[in-house]
Amino acid sequence: MIKFDQVNKRYPGSHQALQNISFEIEAGELVYVTGHSGAGKSTLLKLIAALERPTSGTVLINNQNISHLRSALVPYLRRKFGLVFQDHKLLYDRNCFDNVALPLHINGITGSEAGKRVRAALDKVGLLDKEKAMPITLSGGEQQRLAIARAVVSRPAILIADEPTGNLDATYAAEIMQLFHAFQQVGVTVIIATHDVREIKPHAKVLKLDHGHLTTLRGDQRTQETAA
Amino acid sequence: MKHWLNQHTQALGLVLKRMRKNLLATLLMFIVMGVTLSLPGTLYVIVENLNRLAGSMQTDPQISLFLKLDADRSTAAAIGKKLDAHPSVRAHRFISKDTAWEQIQQDAETAAVSASLERNPLPDAYFVTPEILQPDEIEALQAELQQWEGVELAQLDTSWIKRLNALLQLGKKGILVLVALLGIALIVIIGNTIRLQILTQREEIEVSKLIGATDSFIRRPFLYAGTIYGLGGGLVAWLLLIGIIRLFNLSIADLAELYASGYRLDLPALETGIGIVAGTVLLSWLGSYIAVNRSLSQLNYK
Ligand SMILES: Nc1ncnc2c1ncn2[C@@H]1O[C@H](COP(=O)(O)OP(=O)(O)O)[C@@H](O)[C@H]1O
Ligand SMILES: [Mg+2]
Repeated sequence: MIKFDQVNKRYPGSHQALQNISFEIEAGELVYVTGHSGAGKSTLLKLIAALERPTSGTVLINNQNISHLRSALVPYLRRKFGLVFQDHKLLYDRNCFDNVALPLHINGITGSEAGKRVRAALDKVGLLDKEKAMPITLSGGEQQRLAIARAVVSRPAILIADEPTGNLDATYAAEIMQLFHAFQQVGVTVIIATHDVREIKPHAKVLKLDHGHLTTLRGDQRTQETAA
Repeated sequence: MKHWLNQHTQALGLVLKRMRKNLLATLLMFIVMGVTLSLPGTLYVIVENLNRLAGSMQTDPQISLFLKLDADRSTAAAIGKKLDAHPSVRAHRFISKDTAWEQIQQDAETAAVSASLERNPLPDAYFVTPEILQPDEIEALQAELQQWEGVELAQLDTSWIKRLNALLQLGKKGILVLVALLGIALIVIIGNTIRLQILTQREEIEVSKLIGATDSFIRRPFLYAGTIYGLGGGLVAWLLLIGIIRLFNLSIADLAELYASGYRLDLPALETGIGIVAGTVLLSWLGSYIAVNRSLSQLNYK
C-alpha cells in the first residue's frame, strides 16, 4: 500500500533529512515512526502524505509513484489521508464543528450530510457536546481529539499522526493512543510518529530513524525499543 | 453537477457571511471604487451629449454669402442664377440689404444700435444650403463661392462645430486614457484588498492545501469577493453618475431657459450602465485572480 524505495530527502539549504530509506507498509497496519528530535520523523510522514516531494528515490502509494505526480493531482492524493499535525493546525477563528467540517467542504460535501458526518466524528472522539465551542476554550487533550476528529471525518483509509501526544500528560496521552488503536481495529492504516517508546503496542511495526537513517525496521520491537 | 453547485454556493455563502461581518469595510470599498469610476463616467456622458448636440447641428451646414457693398441688383441676380445651376447647392435664400436692415430695426434689442447708424451698413446676402455633407467638400464649395465675382465673403457656419468635434475627439481619447489608468488603479486596489484578506486567512488556506484542497477551491471565495466588490463598485459608480447628471441638469435647465431652449443632458443609456458594472466586475475579478495566484504559488507542492 505504501512503499519507499531508496528515498532521499534534502531540504533546500539544509543537510540530508532522510537518507536511503526503504520500507513497506501494508493496509491495516499499525506503524510507529520513532527517533530523536530532528531524526526525520515528520519528514517521513510528509513524504507519505505528499506534503513534500522526495529528492530522489520512489514513493509508491497504492502503486502510484507520487514523485512524478502532476501538481494538479496532488490534492486528490492528499485527501486519501487523515492528517493530525504536530502543531494541530486547528483554526482558532471558528468553532469545533466548522473545524471538523473543513475537509468535507474541500470534498464538496455540505449541508445536512456534512452535519451528520461532523457529529459522528466529534462523537467518536468524545467532543459531541463541544461542537459550538471555540478550540481555544478546549484543553490540550481536547484540542488533540478535535484534530483527530478533523482527520477522520472524511473516513480516510490511512491515518497519519505526528507526535499526537507530544505535549500531553500521561493520562491524556494514553486516551489519545487508545483512540488511534480503535481506528486501527476497524481497518484503518495508522501511522504515528512518536518519541515516547512506552506508547508502542506489541503488535505494531516500528520504523526507527537516527539522523535520517532507518536503523531498525521490525514488526514487534517493544522490548528492544524500551531497552534502547 | 450537484457537487459543483455545492462548491459554488458554499464559497459564495462564505464570502457573503464575511462581508456582512465587515459590512462597513465592504461598503467603503464599494464607495471607493464607485467614486473612482464615476469620474470618467461623468466625462463620458458629457462628451457623448456634446457629441450628439454637435451632430444634430452638423446635419444642416450653411454657407453665408455676403455680397460686396457696391454689388448691384443684376450682380445679385446673376449670383442667384449661378447658385440655381450649381449641382452642389440644394437651396438658397436671398436676403436683400433692405430686408436685413428692416429686420434689425424691428428687433427691439438691435434697434438702438441701428438708430445710431446713419445709413444701412449691411450687404445683400445669400444663405446657401449645400447638397453635400462631407466637411471637406463643403469647404471646397465655400472656397469656390468665395472666388465668385461680387462676393465679399463666403462664410461656413459649421467651422466652430468642426472645432468642437475635434475637441470632442480629443476628449474621448482623454477619457480612454483615464479609464485605462483608473482601471489599473482599480486592479491594484482590489488586488491589495484581496491580498490583505488572504493574509488574515493564511492559516486556513495553508491547512486546506495540506489536507487536499485544490487551487480552485482556495481561489473561489476570493474570486467571488472580487466579483462582488466589482458589482457593488460598479453600481455605486452608476448611481453616482445618474446623480451627477441630474444635478448638472438642474443648473442646465436654468441656463437653457435663458436661451429659450429645452436642452438638458441625456441620462446615460442602460447599456452604458451595464457596461460600467460589467467592466468593473471584470477588472476586480482580474485583480483578485492575480492576488490569489501569487499567494498560492508560494504554497505549492515542490
Ligand atoms: N522545511 C524544512 N526546511 C529545512 N530543513 C528542514 C525542514 N523541515 C525539517 N528540516 C530538517 O530536517 C531534519 C529532520 O526534521 P524533522 O523531519 O522535522 O525531524 P523530527 O520530526 O524527527 O523531529 C532536521 O534536521 C530539520 O532541521
Ligand atoms: Mg517532527
